[in-house]
Amino acid sequence: MYISFSDHGTAKSAAPPGRPVATRVSSVVIALGIVSLVTDISTESVSAILPLYITGVLGLSTIAYGFLDGTYQGISAIVRIAGGWASDRGDQPKWIAFFGYGLSALARTGLLFATGFTALVAVISVDRLGKGVRTAPRDALITASSLPENLGRSFGVHRMLDTVGAAVGPLLAFAILFAIPDGYDTVFVVSLAFAIIGVFVLGVVVPNTRPRADSTAAGTPRVAFRWAQLRDPRLRRLLLTAGLLGIVTIGDGFIYLVLQSRDAFAAAWFPLLYVGTNVVFLLLAIPLGRIADRFGRGRVFLLGHLALLAAYVCAAVPVAGLPTTVLCLVALGVFYASTDGILAALASQSTPEASRATAIASAQTVVALTRLLASTGFGLLWFAVGRANAMLIIAAALAVLIPLAALVLRGAFTKARTT
Amino acid sequence: MSVSGRSIAVVLASALLLGGAGGYGILAWSAAQERRSGPSAVQAVSTDTIATGDRIVFRNTAAGDGYGLVASVPLADPSGERSVTAEACDRVYATAALQMCLHIDRGIVTTFAATLRGADAIELGSWPLPGIPSRTRVSADSALVAMTSFVTGHAYGTVAFSTQTTISTTDGTDYGNLEEFALLIGGERVTAADRNIWGVTFGTDDNTFFATAASAGRTWLVRGDLAARSLTAIRESAECPSLSPDGRHVAYKKAVAGTAAPFWSIAVLDLGTGVETILPEPGNVDDQVEWLDDSTLLYGLPRQETVGDSDVWSIPIDGDGEPRLFIPHAWSPSVVRT
Repeated sequence: MYISFSDHGTAKSAAPPGRPVATRVSSVVIALGIVSLVTDISTESVSAILPLYITGVLGLSTIAYGFLDGTYQGISAIVRIAGGWASDRGDQPKWIAFFGYGLSALARTGLLFATGFTALVAVISVDRLGKGVRTAPRDALITASSLPENLGRSFGVHRMLDTVGAAVGPLLAFAILFAIPDGYDTVFVVSLAFAIIGVFVLGVVVPNTRPRADSTAAGTPRVAFRWAQLRDPRLRRLLLTAGLLGIVTIGDGFIYLVLQSRDAFAAAWFPLLYVGTNVVFLLLAIPLGRIADRFGRGRVFLLGHLALLAAYVCAAVPVAGLPTTVLCLVALGVFYASTDGILAALASQSTPEASRATAIASAQTVVALTRLLASTGFGLLWFAVGRANAMLIIAAALAVLIPLAALVLRGAFTKARTT
Repeated sequence: MSVSGRSIAVVLASALLLGGAGGYGILAWSAAQERRSGPSAVQAVSTDTIATGDRIVFRNTAAGDGYGLVASVPLADPSGERSVTAEACDRVYATAALQMCLHIDRGIVTTFAATLRGADAIELGSWPLPGIPSRTRVSADSALVAMTSFVTGHAYGTVAFSTQTTISTTDGTDYGNLEEFALLIGGERVTAADRNIWGVTFGTDDNTFFATAASAGRTWLVRGDLAARSLTAIRESAECPSLSPDGRHVAYKKAVAGTAAPFWSIAVLDLGTGVETILPEPGNVDDQVEWLDDSTLLYGLPRQETVGDSDVWSIPIDGDGEPRLFIPHAWSPSVVRT
C-alpha cells in the first residue's frame, strides 16, 4: 500500500451511505461524467460544423481555417498545468473546474455574437482556455471521489459518458443543419444550452470535495502542495513512459488519411471514421477500466499500445478493404479506451493527493506535447519515404518502445490492484 | 439544498434551457421553411434540360425556391431570367460539354462528393471528397477536371489544416493528389510536411496547369506539368489562379494584409512581362475568379447582411475600371461559350 492510498475517508464520504462502496462507482463520478457528456455535446456540435460555418457563412477558406485549427490545438496544453497547480494550491478542485467550464460556456455565448474571423478566433481561444483549465482538477475530483482500487473503473465510467457526448454532439449539429440548412445560429443556441446545463450540474450537484482538507480531517497529517512532491519516482517513471510512447503516437487523422487513400469505403466515409473509433472507445472504456483495476493499470496502459501497433500495421499492410478499415478503427478504439482514462488514474496514484491535479496535468501535457512532436515528425516522414513506409517505420519504433516502456514502468504500479 | 431539491433544480433548469433552445430551433425551422418554399427572390424558371448557347452557369443563391441549385443565364443578358436546374451544388464549373459539381450531402451523417455530368445530364463519374468542397475546374476542351476540398475528418489529434486537390481525365484516369507531385521552389525540391496544393486552372495543352502551393504560411503560384508530375513555383503570394482564355494573364487572389484574418485582393499577372496589377475591388475576395473575356473578370462576394447569399461581380483587368454587380444572388460562375 502506498501512503496516498491510506485515506479512504473522502471516497467513503462521497459514496451513498449504506451501500457497498467498494463495488460501486461514486455518484460524484457519474455527475462529473454527465457534466462532461453535456459539455462535449456542446463543444463537439460546434467543432463539427465550424469548418462549414467558416467557409460557407464567413466566406473564408484555406489558410484561415488552418490558423483556427492551430489555435484550437495549442492553447489547451499550455494552461493545463496552470489549472492543475491552481487546483492543488488552493485545494479547491471543484471551483477551478467550475471556472474552466464557466469560461467555455461564456465562449458559447460569445459565439452567438461573433461575426468576423477575429472575434471567432478570440471565442475559440477562450473556449480552449476553459478546457485546459478544467481537465486536471476534474480528474482530481474523480480520484478523490473514488476508492483507489476502483480508480480505473471510475475513469472508465467518466470517459464512457464523455465519449457519448462527443459522439452525440456532431450528429445533433448535422441533424439541425439537415432540418435548417442555414441553422448555424440554432446549433450555437443549442450548444449554449448544453454548456449551461453542464456548468449548472457541476455547481449544484457535485460536492465541494477538498482532498487535502478532507484527509486532514480524517486524521492524515496535513501536507501542503510542494513542487518537490512531483519528484516522486513513480511519477517520473510514468512521465517517462508516457513520453516514450507519446513520441510514437501519431494523430489518428493520419491513419484515417492512409485508409482513405486506399479503401473506397473509407474514402466515402472519411469524415465519419472517427465515429467508429469513438463507438469502440465508449463501449470498452468501463470493461478495460475494470480489467486495469484487477490486473494492473500499468499493464493495461502498455498493452493498449499494442492495439495502437495493430492499427499502424493494418494501415501499413498493402491489403486494403473494408476488413482492414474496420480492424483499424476497432484497434484505435481499444487504444483510447485502455490509455486515456488509465493515464489519469496512474498519474493520480503516483503522487500524494496534495499535488494530484498537477501530476495529472503533467502526464496529460507530456502526452499532448510528445504526440504533437510525433505527428509533426510523421508528416515529414510521410513525404520523405511515402505513407506505407512511414507507417512501417513508426510501427517498428512503437514495437521497440513498448518493451522499453514496460521496463521503465516495471514494478511501479503493480501493487495498485491489491486491497 | 437537499439531494432531491438539487435534482429538481437540475431537471427544471435543463428543461428550461433545452425548451428554450428547442423553441428557438422551431422558430428558425419555420422561418427557413418559409424562405425555402416562398417564391424565388429573382425571376427564375425551372428546367429539366441543361441550357444551350453562350451562357453563364452558376450556383443560384437567391432566397426561396431554387436556392443552392445550378442555374444559368444567357451570356448576352446576365441580369435576365435564370433557368434553374434540379442539381444542388456548393461549387460548380461548366464547359460546353461537361458540368462538374462539388456537393455536400447533408444528413445526420454528412458526406461530400464530386459529380461530373455530360451535356445530357448523365453522370460520367463521381469522386468522394474528404471534406468541404472548395474549388473545381474543367479544362476548356473538357478533357481534364480538377477538384479541391478541405480535409475535415474529425479526430482526436487533428492533422493540421489540409486541402486535397486531385486532377483526373474525364474518361477516368486519376493523377492522384497533387501533394504527391514534386514541388520546386527557387529550384529546390520542397518536401515540407505541411505543404498544400489548391485551386487548379488548366492551360490548353492538356498538360500544363497552374495552382497554389503553400508551406509554412507562405503561398506560391506554381506551374504544373502533368506528364512530369511536377509543380514549379513562379511567383510568391498568389492563391487560386485562373488563366485567361488567351493564356496571357493569370488572375488570382492575393493576401494583402499580413494579419491573422487574411484579406485578399484580386491581382492579375501578365505572364509575358511579369507585371502584377492589383485591382481596385474594396471587398475581401475569397474565390477562384473566372474570366468573362480576355480583359474582364468575374468573382463572387458574400452578402454581408444575408447568411449564405452572395453576388457575382465583374471588374476590368486594367486596374482602372470599377467593380460592377454582374449577377445578383449568385456564386461560383463559369462562362460557357459554344
